[in-house]
Amino acid sequence: MSLSHDQIRRIARLARIAIRPEESEAALERLNRVLGLIDEMRAVDTSGIEPMAHPLEAHLPGGQRLRPDQVVEPGQPQIYQSVAPAVEDGLYLVPKVVE
Amino acid sequence: MLNATLSELSAALAARKLSSVELTQLCLERIAQLNGELNAFITVDAARSLSDARRADARRAKGEAGPLTGIPIAHKDIFCTRDLLTTCGSRMLANFVSPYDAHVIEQFDRAGAVLLGKCNMDEFAMGSSSETSHFGPVRNPWGRRLVPGGSSGGAAAAVAARMAPAATGTDTGGSIRQPAALSGICGLKPTYGVVSRYGMVAFASSLDQGGPLAKSAADLAAMMNVMAGFDARDSTSLERPKEDYGRSLNRDLRGLRIGLPREYFGDGIDPGVRNAVEEATRWFESQGARGVQIELPHTKLAVPVYYVIAPAEASSNLSRFDGVRYGHRAKEYSDLTDMYCRTRAEGFGAEVKLRILVGTYVLSHGYYDAYYLQAQKIRRLIARDFAAAFERCDVIMGPTSPGTAFELGAKSDDPVQMYLGDIFTVPAPLAGLPALSVPCGFDGKGLPVGLQLMGSYFSEAALLGIAHRYQQATDWHLRVPNDTPL
Repeated sequence: MSLSHDQIRRIARLARIAIRPEESEAALERLNRVLGLIDEMRAVDTSGIEPMAHPLEAHLPGGQRLRPDQVVEPGQPQIYQSVAPAVEDGLYLVPKVVE
Repeated sequence: MLNATLSELSAALAARKLSSVELTQLCLERIAQLNGELNAFITVDAARSLSDARRADARRAKGEAGPLTGIPIAHKDIFCTRDLLTTCGSRMLANFVSPYDAHVIEQFDRAGAVLLGKCNMDEFAMGSSSETSHFGPVRNPWGRRLVPGGSSGGAAAAVAARMAPAATGTDTGGSIRQPAALSGICGLKPTYGVVSRYGMVAFASSLDQGGPLAKSAADLAAMMNVMAGFDARDSTSLERPKEDYGRSLNRDLRGLRIGLPREYFGDGIDPGVRNAVEEATRWFESQGARGVQIELPHTKLAVPVYYVIAPAEASSNLSRFDGVRYGHRAKEYSDLTDMYCRTRAEGFGAEVKLRILVGTYVLSHGYYDAYYLQAQKIRRLIARDFAAAFERCDVIMGPTSPGTAFELGAKSDDPVQMYLGDIFTVPAPLAGLPALSVPCGFDGKGLPVGLQLMGSYFSEAALLGIAHRYQQATDWHLRVPNDTPL
């Protein structure tokens, strides 16, 4: 199936990616080509087949390992915030959300 | 010395014929000479590398050296390194310095290896040509107008041009094996869960797996002995006894059943690739192995399935890049949502944005079952094809890629044409199986061809043993690219 300009705007909004009007045509064309490729698998009869989310299930029937819910490392906000675009008093700064 | 294998370098270091500082300097000089044209490295910190080398020499003097102590190793710029940039080939992370080391980096550090630099790659590992990097395309040492493959193209070019003795990479749909094939070197994608993903920037978490690129199968084994191992910080890391990946290097080929999938030798394969691969399989038969015709009937669906699952997981993983905690943030915006939208529009390149859009679409309301769930069901059929095949054979052989290295720009306008080249490399990660690529000759244009070996879960040592026997009888893996003579 082929997407329209309205649909790609909606998807881009969901993905939080701004698309300038002049980029829209090229983006739509590339996206529709990829959708044409992946549409090839839609006709396959998969009734009765369980989805496979993860290759681990092949040798880990119990599923993913969980660790005990314990503190294993100290909080180090100053290290982690050293790479943030904007921080103040140990807080991440973002535009005002509530007036 | 630049063309020496890891075991030869290790022996030279042990015999004190060479110090790690001398070897590291040789590599740094080679990088200084070639990187301007090849663009294989994004970051090289000579002072840091030489300090690692001095530490390795001191460790050796104390008699505490292991096989890779003092050997310079290049790392794909997807592995987080403290005190050094980790860009993932993206503008989004162009100034990112990780507060911690990836598990793989820790492992090489513990082994006493020297960190030689961080290698260029397709942005966020999304690509098969290493052209989507924010830092410019990587060029193939076999021809400057050619791509080295991708996404671990910088790592592959670094090893092929003898700038690094070996390198690390990651493989989601072929990103170790395909650049290894197109650059004339060896690369291994291990069984899913064998190498920790801790500190490896996530692309598609149910597929991503780290692995080595090197000149020979024996070198891949030496690299795996350092890289592999349980790590509690990755919930998909497997708790298994430590193994020696070089234990089967002298295995007997007599009686080996080689599965030859009909789908891997059909239309759409370059004649030069087919000839080289068939000649290699005939060599194995001459050594007492037996070719078995097999079928992997869902092969053709693997590319569409992969290009649903990988973008779906990517759209989720890459939602973390929001301009708040790290990475790029747009300068101008009107509100929080606008900040996210502009940050991501500026920080991501075209291919990454395309895949996020595809992933968002296939996960969106009303399309989830038709695309994402359907892809996961066919993923199981693909895994079952392999399980049935391994009832009849011990190893599967075929081409790594349907073609050899192509010209820069040749496929960049049409994503589908680029994706279809992944047909033989996406099935193994979809099933979680190990697979490797070794050089097996050249096509009519003189470009290297890769032979792919796929095995059952945890058969890495056996695959490496089979490849090693082949490399004892052939010298394809020791050929140095004409464009970068020693």
